[in-house]
Amino acid sequence: MDVIITEPSTPFPGSVHEVPGGGIVLSTLDDVINWARSNSLWPLVFGTSCCAIEMMSAASAKYDFSRFGFEVARATPRQADVIIIAGTIVNKMAPVLKRLFDQMPDPKYVIAMGACATSGGPFFYNTYSVVKGADHVIPVDVYVAGCPPRPEALLHALITLQEKIKSGLTRDQIRAQFQEDGK
Amino acid sequence: MGNEELIVKLQELFPAASIIQGNDWPEISFESGADFLSTIDVLKSDQTLAFDYLFCETCVDWKTHFTMVYHLDSTRFRHNIVLKYKLDRETPEIDSLSFVYRTSEQHEREIFDLFGIIFKGHPNLKRILLTEDWVGYPLRKDYDDPINMIKL
Amino acid sequence: MFEEIKTSNDGELVINVGPQHPATHGVLHLLITLNGETITKLEPNLGYIHRSIEKMCESLSYRQFIYSTSRMDYLSSHMNNHACAMIVEKGLQVEIPERAEVIRVLISELTRLASHQLWWGAMAMDLGALSPFFYSFREREVITDIMEETCGARLTMNYIVPGGLMADIHPNFVKRVKDFIIQFNSKIDEYDQLVTGNIIFQNRMKNVGYLSPEDAISYGTTGPVARGSGVSCDIRKLYPYSAYNKVKFEEILETGGDSFARYLVRIKEMKQSISIIEQLIDNIPEGDFQAKTKAVLKLPKGEFYQRVETARGELGVYLVSEGGTTPYRIKFRSPGFSNLSALNHMVKGHKIGDLVAIMGTLDLVIPDIDR
Repeated sequence: MDVIITEPSTPFPGSVHEVPGGGIVLSTLDDVINWARSNSLWPLVFGTSCCAIEMMSAASAKYDFSRFGFEVARATPRQADVIIIAGTIVNKMAPVLKRLFDQMPDPKYVIAMGACATSGGPFFYNTYSVVKGADHVIPVDVYVAGCPPRPEALLHALITLQEKIKSGLTRDQIRAQFQEDGK
Repeated sequence: MGNEELIVKLQELFPAASIIQGNDWPEISFESGADFLSTIDVLKSDQTLAFDYLFCETCVDWKTHFTMVYHLDSTRFRHNIVLKYKLDRETPEIDSLSFVYRTSEQHEREIFDLFGIIFKGHPNLKRILLTEDWVGYPLRKDYDDPINMIKL
Repeated sequence: MFEEIKTSNDGELVINVGPQHPATHGVLHLLITLNGETITKLEPNLGYIHRSIEKMCESLSYRQFIYSTSRMDYLSSHMNNHACAMIVEKGLQVEIPERAEVIRVLISELTRLASHQLWWGAMAMDLGALSPFFYSFREREVITDIMEETCGARLTMNYIVPGGLMADIHPNFVKRVKDFIIQFNSKIDEYDQLVTGNIIFQNRMKNVGYLSPEDAISYGTTGPVARGSGVSCDIRKLYPYSAYNKVKFEEILETGGDSFARYLVRIKEMKQSISIIEQLIDNIPEGDFQAKTKAVLKLPKGEFYQRVETARGELGVYLVSEGGTTPYRIKFRSPGFSNLSALNHMVKGHKIGDLVAIMGTLDLVIPDIDR
């Protein structure tokens, strides 16, 4: 029996062994979980400045990041998987950002969108209130360059994050491994 | 009223003040100690002036003293003036205008936050942009923050 | 004078809206005192995106500081740049070529359209209608494409330099703008059909968030907020700058003073912007796009003030120069900051559900408020 396997955009991790009457898929559970996880990332509606408008552009019809599984933007951190830091973080906002990050369920991911979230950007020098990079506050997975970045750049960052998730362990698993090694 | 007429009128009303023609509008300056609220009252209630719209309120740090700068507009006659009031650096205090122009309530909170000017009679004078525990007034020229500010 | 707020202890509740809240369009924090479901007092807590632009500008040269203002009110970034460029030109007393002035106005009006479109979509989303957001972004993307081709960026254009423009317009510019006008003229009626005539929408907007003309002046509101209360405050009309005295347009005034009036002002302003663009697009004068200026700019000692009309209202730039290459003090009188101060007055006595609708009609951009 001929089984026609069309190549999906994000192929299922594992191998298909053909046997009479169908096929058997062999994979590891970790890979399947990561595969599922990477294709349904719900971003948090979090925008502080200009980059938020480009994030909205990426959500709207022309760029449409829901094609990659990001459609359900959530306003509460308790239902979100990824926080896109769209804009500058200032000293007054930093504790709020940390709290939002703490409220998100594990596993959680962070994208620093734009120059401000990456390093302080145009507000690096001679400012008294800007945090010079959101990674001083919370760990960042993917950085996007630009002021503000184009929606395509954000899409690329999201796909990069998917690849990162598929490629291995979550932050907590890595931390747990380190702790075991330490013992 | 044109700028020349305004200057003549203002000189009549406030002989003690110094009035010059600025880049755009007449500038009327008061030394510290002048009765500020009654000045504003005259400017707002005079039938030929009617400055009822405060469109900008700010402060400038001149290192030796502060200058409060008010930009006033009249929605009836469409003429503008700039009003300046000199303040001591040691005790920067001025009457609040929040009961005359409501917009100045927020503007004065901002100036208090960034310059440390005390507005007498303000209903809610506390920091608005920075956190409550912030030390110092960042827009003063002698402000220095070696931790947050990276100098170029 | 302020009304005394009744501070009875029974049934009073203080809730926080923001800084992370989808309806605040950014990171605005509102402390709301409720009596049952009725708002008795609202106090905004700002500064969650205070980036100290005014302090930063004191150490930037006159060519550089213009571009930090694009990040202030990013939806009218071109108008912000325009105000700053004009103040430098005023100090230097440079004559701007006709061509540059006309193109500046054209881009300004396109920016205003893009801003109002985004406001329209976002405000409908605040009221629970998701599809207008996608409708408005459909047209907005066309404008951002035009901007990208000519200015090189979609949102923060940085197209202006003191003395003119950074580059000439793209050869496709005129044709694409004309195509856009034809396309948009048919779409704006669709906006009306989709939202304006909707009975649920009207019920939530009419007689809500009333602001009297006297209060509008006293609170220093400008732009569509004040014009919705019938206060004439369009800087383009009252103190014409750039090429605005060459075009004919109406200042939209509504007398309702409620949320619906403010909504109508913006919708009608879009049509006026289209009319300004139509008048200018065929009449872009030939010539240089930039006047000759020195490489290092030095403003004479003195004080300068420039007012422009952004999409949100009056932006004032107050610049004090000591004769050096950097400003001594710079103050941005942002429209959002003053418009926000009227919010407490507007929501008092309304139900908490109306807060979002009223705030939507103020069209707040938080980095513009905090600077």
